[in-house]
Amino acid sequence: MTTDLLVKELVDKNGKCRNSLMPILQGIVQKEHYLSEEAMLAVARELDLSAADVYGTASFYTFLDTVPRGQNIIRVCKTITCHMKGKDEIVNAICNHLKIKVGETTHDKKYTLLTANCLGWCHKGPVMLVNDDVYPDLTPDKALEIIQTYGKEE
Amino acid sequence: MEKYLKKVDIIFEDTKALSCVNVLEKTLKRSPDEIILDLIDSGLKGRGGAGFPTGLKWKFTRNEDSDVKYVICNADEGEPGTFKDREIIDKVPEKIFTGMTICGYVIGAKEGYIYLRGEYNFLLKGLQTKLDKFNDMLKQKHIDFIIHLKSGSGAYVCGEESALFESMEGKRGEPRNKPPYPTVAGYNSKPTVINNVETLVYTTMICHMGPEKFKELGTKDSRGSKVFSVSGDTPIAGIYELELGMPLNQFVEEFGDGDTKAVQVGGASGHCVPRKKFNDTIIGFEGIPTGGSMMIFNSSRSMYNVLHDYLEFFTEESCGQCTPCRVGCQQLLKGIEAVKRGEKAPAYLDDLKKVTNTMKIAAKCGLGQSVGNPFNSIVDNFREEIIY
Repeated sequence: MTTDLLVKELVDKNGKCRNSLMPILQGIVQKEHYLSEEAMLAVARELDLSAADVYGTASFYTFLDTVPRGQNIIRVCKTITCHMKGKDEIVNAICNHLKIKVGETTHDKKYTLLTANCLGWCHKGPVMLVNDDVYPDLTPDKALEIIQTYGKEE
Repeated sequence: MEKYLKKVDIIFEDTKALSCVNVLEKTLKRSPDEIILDLIDSGLKGRGGAGFPTGLKWKFTRNEDSDVKYVICNADEGEPGTFKDREIIDKVPEKIFTGMTICGYVIGAKEGYIYLRGEYNFLLKGLQTKLDKFNDMLKQKHIDFIIHLKSGSGAYVCGEESALFESMEGKRGEPRNKPPYPTVAGYNSKPTVINNVETLVYTTMICHMGPEKFKELGTKDSRGSKVFSVSGDTPIAGIYELELGMPLNQFVEEFGDGDTKAVQVGGASGHCVPRKKFNDTIIGFEGIPTGGSMMIFNSSRSMYNVLHDYLEFFTEESCGQCTPCRVGCQQLLKGIEAVKRGEKAPAYLDDLKKVTNTMKIAAKCGLGQSVGNPFNSIVDNFREEIIY
């Protein structure tokens, strides 16, 4: 589906008003993994907002990326309890395995590795999100195993 | 009067045995004013952290003259160390829906929203299914109320009520100036009750069991019980419902690993209590209030790292709208790094404490205002760890 069509579909579903902006942007990110310039311009046109307004809103939110991301976004929690429970080892293991640094995307565009602030699993850290799925009680081996299952899907 | 740690089971009490539909039908037969009086009488205060009396909030909103009003459930649980709302949403969502519907009846709202943080998107599908079922039930019983689900996108500050409204209106999640308060102008500038997930469940349970039974728990200033999220250096991390007003030493005895050096009460924006103050610290509105986060640190932990972690968190999550918070957070972080490296004299920490005072007075919302809590309590109690 083209970006224009996707935006139209989301606008029809959520309503043509400012209050629908968040669900529309979230819907685009779900399908295309990030908000391209094209997508934001289409949203601005459809909702009759200025493009700057759409970008201004999008760029405020961590989960609404405005730079290209991989098909699978990995977010490792870095806040204090996960830090204490060894998130560094998890991040290092993933970096070594995917041969990327935090914030980067693999060449095949399959994975992006990010860190996130508290994900709400402090009693079961370290924890990571892969897209919307959550994986608590991680070890480096377990993290790699999980990540590999996402590579196979495509 | 010594109070001992008492485990309670109100929030997660078996929903199969307790029919939310029965509670709802029974409650809606009463007058809104009666329900408000019960809530005020129960002494229930908001469980998100700020602790505003729930009954009064409902009363103020009921008194507003408007055709359109809203009930919003704040499920943007983002405070580091807090994870109890996720469990409540997962285990007993019907109790949340019921509380929202009762609130709608009391204040005269026909629409409710649950704002769920983006990090909990994995809960969306299951929650929507249960919500559809509940909305159908309301329709069948001709109760004029409907609940919708909205999702956040990873911004801590959106847990601040006015930032949450902005986000729901499709804008940057930047807090508004207050007043007007949400009871006058909230979502879409209409009178709005916004309550924490746990608070709404307590309203359901108070309607079910009556205010007297709730009041039996806790102390004069902190009635009832509260769900705590316990994490850090403890062998039994998890979610516990405990009576309010307990002394911290009892808590540490139960949950600590025998080597507890400090407890961070109330998450990153809360207070750090060192071992020597465990005995005379009460967990409740008369002592240290908390949204439920209890992070335990043992003597192997560097409090510099803890503070550094918190300040990094605030620097990233500050929305950047007001200068005291935006610049303040950055300078505090840079400041303790400079002291640690020896580039600044230890006395520089006292200058930084003045910055937190300015932030407390001048920052626009709770985020900037409360950065001083962890900063001052850690610097005052563990100064040598910050310097050396």
